[in-house]
Amino acid sequence: MGRIAFAMLLALLGSPAYAVARYVKLPAGTFISALAAPNGGPQRVHVAAFWMRVEPATNGEFLAFVRAHPRWQRGRVLPLFAGPHYLAAWRGPLTLGREVRADGPVTQVSWFAARAFCAGEGARLPTWDEWEYAAAADATRRDARRDPARNAAILAAIQASTGSYPGAIGRHRADVYGVRDLNRLLWEWTDDYAAMFPSADSRNPGTGPSLALCGGSALAFFDRTQYALIMRVAALAALRPSEAAPRVGFRCVRNDGE
Amino acid sequence: MKHHSVAAAALTLLFATATAAAGPGSLSAYSASGKSGQALPVIKETLVAPPDVPAAIHRDYPARVVVQLETKEVVKKIASGLNYDFWTFNGTVPGPLIRVREGDTVELHLRNDPSSHMTHNIDLHAVMGPGGGAAATMTPPGQESVFAFKAMRAGIYVYHCATPPVPMHIANGMYGMILVEPPQGLPPVAHEYYVMQGDFYTTTGYKYTGYTTGAHPTPLLAFDLQKMLKEQPTYVLFNGQEGSLIGDHALHAKVGDTVRLFVGDGGPNLTSSFHIIGQIFDDVQVEGGTLVNHNVQTTLIPPGGAVTVELKTLVPGTFLLVDHAITRAFMKGALGQLVVSGEPQPELYHKVSSGPAPADKAGAF
Repeated sequence: MGRIAFAMLLALLGSPAYAVARYVKLPAGTFISALAAPNGGPQRVHVAAFWMRVEPATNGEFLAFVRAHPRWQRGRVLPLFAGPHYLAAWRGPLTLGREVRADGPVTQVSWFAARAFCAGEGARLPTWDEWEYAAAADATRRDARRDPARNAAILAAIQASTGSYPGAIGRHRADVYGVRDLNRLLWEWTDDYAAMFPSADSRNPGTGPSLALCGGSALAFFDRTQYALIMRVAALAALRPSEAAPRVGFRCVRNDGE
Repeated sequence: MKHHSVAAAALTLLFATATAAAGPGSLSAYSASGKSGQALPVIKETLVAPPDVPAAIHRDYPARVVVQLETKEVVKKIASGLNYDFWTFNGTVPGPLIRVREGDTVELHLRNDPSSHMTHNIDLHAVMGPGGGAAATMTPPGQESVFAFKAMRAGIYVYHCATPPVPMHIANGMYGMILVEPPQGLPPVAHEYYVMQGDFYTTTGYKYTGYTTGAHPTPLLAFDLQKMLKEQPTYVLFNGQEGSLIGDHALHAKVGDTVRLFVGDGGPNLTSSFHIIGQIFDDVQVEGGTLVNHNVQTTLIPPGGAVTVELKTLVPGTFLLVDHAITRAFMKGALGQLVVSGEPQPELYHKVSSGPAPADKAGAF
C-alpha cells in the first residue's frame, strides 16, 4: 500500500531515474544482542517482523529527496538538523560531482536527515535491535556470528576499505533475507542510537559504563569478539544527531503490514 | 610571576580570540586564565617524530601548553617489503612525545583525519580525570575535540586511544608518551631518545610475503583478531617497524656521553624485558615513578607503562636494544641499535685472543 503510494509520488515528482527502493521482509525472531544487558549479562531481544531496504540509500536517491524537499538541501537545512559536514562531498547542493557516484551509498548525512528521507518513502530508520538482528545473518545462515571466519572477513573488509569514499553497493552476496551490504560498507544510522549506547560524555560520570572509557567499553558488550560491531557502536556513539561523517549512511525499514 | 610579561598576556589574549573563532567545542572560555584567574603564557608545543624528543624545558613558571595531535590511519612499512594499516597519532608509531612541566596546563587538541574509518580518542595516563581525557575526546572522522588538564605529577606516562574496540586501536599502533618534567627540570644529558615497544598481530606470520592485495604493490598485512585474543603476536617491534632503530636509523652516542632513553610499552599485551646488550643502566626511574634504581641489567616495562633509563656509554661499539624475552628480539623484530663512536677503551674492554682451544695445555694452570 505504502509502496504503491510512494511509487506514484515518485512518478509525480518526475524522478524516473530512481526506481522505488526494494524492501524485503524479515521474519520475527529472537536473538542475543552483542550489547550487554544493564547487569552485564546477555540481552535476549525479540524482533517483530519488518521490511528492510535491500540496499542502503544512495547519493542519487538522496539527491532526488533534497530536490523534492528543499529544506534538506545543503546550505538551506537548519544547522540544528545538519552540521557543517552535511553532504560535504557533493560538489553543490544539487550536484554530486565526479567523485560521488549516484549509485554509491550516501554518507555525510545527519541522523535527522536520514530520518526525514525514510519518512519520505513511508518508512523509518531501523532500531538498533532490528539492525543487529538483520546483520547477524550471512548468505546461508540467519545467525552467523559464531563463525570466526565470517567475523574475520568482515573485519578485514572494513580495514581494507581505505580511502575517502565508501565502496560500491552490491559487491557481496545478499544475505539469507536478500539484504545486502549491512556489515562491510558503512556505519548505518539507527533510530535509537543515541538512547541505546552508553554516553560518550563525561557530564554524568558514574552513571554506567561509558563507551569512551577504556574499561567502560569492555563492560558495554556481552560478546566482546564482535569487533566490527563494536567499531560500529563506537562510530555512532561519538556522533550527535546533527553530525555527519564520511562513512555513516543509512537504510530504512517499514513495519510489517504497512 | 615576573615572567608574565605584557607580551605573554597579549599572546594569551590573541590565542583566546583565535580559539573563540574556531567555534563551539573550543575551550576559548577557559583559555585566557586558569581557575585562579591568573593568565598563563600560552606555548604551542613543537612535536617531533620518534625517536627524537622535544627540547628540554627551561621555564621556571607554569604555562598553558597547546598540543595538537591528529589521529591518522596510514598504510606503511611494518617490516622490509611488508606494509600494515597502522592507526596512529600524527602518522607515527608511537605518536610524538609530548613534553611539559609539572604545573603546566595542557590544552590538548585531538583532530581525527577526515579519511579515518574510525572514531578515535585519547587517554593520557598523566591525566587525573574521567578516562584520562578519553571521555572528552571521542572524535569522529573530520572533527576535533579539545580538553585541558593540569599536569600535576612529574613522570613519564603512556597515552593511547581508548575507543572501542580498545585492544585493536592499540594493537594497530595508537599509543605514545607524555613526559612531565619536574619543576626543576631534568639534568642535561648528551642525548635523549624515545622508544616504545608494541606487539602486532598479522594474519600471516613473521616476514611472510606470500600474498599481495591489488591496491598495494607491497603486500599489506591484515590485523588478526584471533592471534590478538590468544596474545600470540607475529611481530614485537620498537617504534612500530622492524628496523626502525637499525642502520641509518640507529641511535647514536659518543664515548663518555650520558644517554637518556624514554622507553614505554604500548602493548596491547606483552610486558617488555628491556635490555641493552653490553650496557648496564646506571639509573632506572622504576615504572616511571620517583623511585630510582641503579645498575640495572634488564628492566620490566608493562603495557601501558614506561621508564626513564640513563646510561653512560663508556666503550665504543654497536649495542643492541632488545626485549630480553629473547625470541621476540630474534624472531619477531624487537631489536634496535645504539651506536657508540669514539676511541677504544682497552682498560674497560678489549679482546685478548682467539684461536684453537689450547687443549694440549690442559693442566698448564
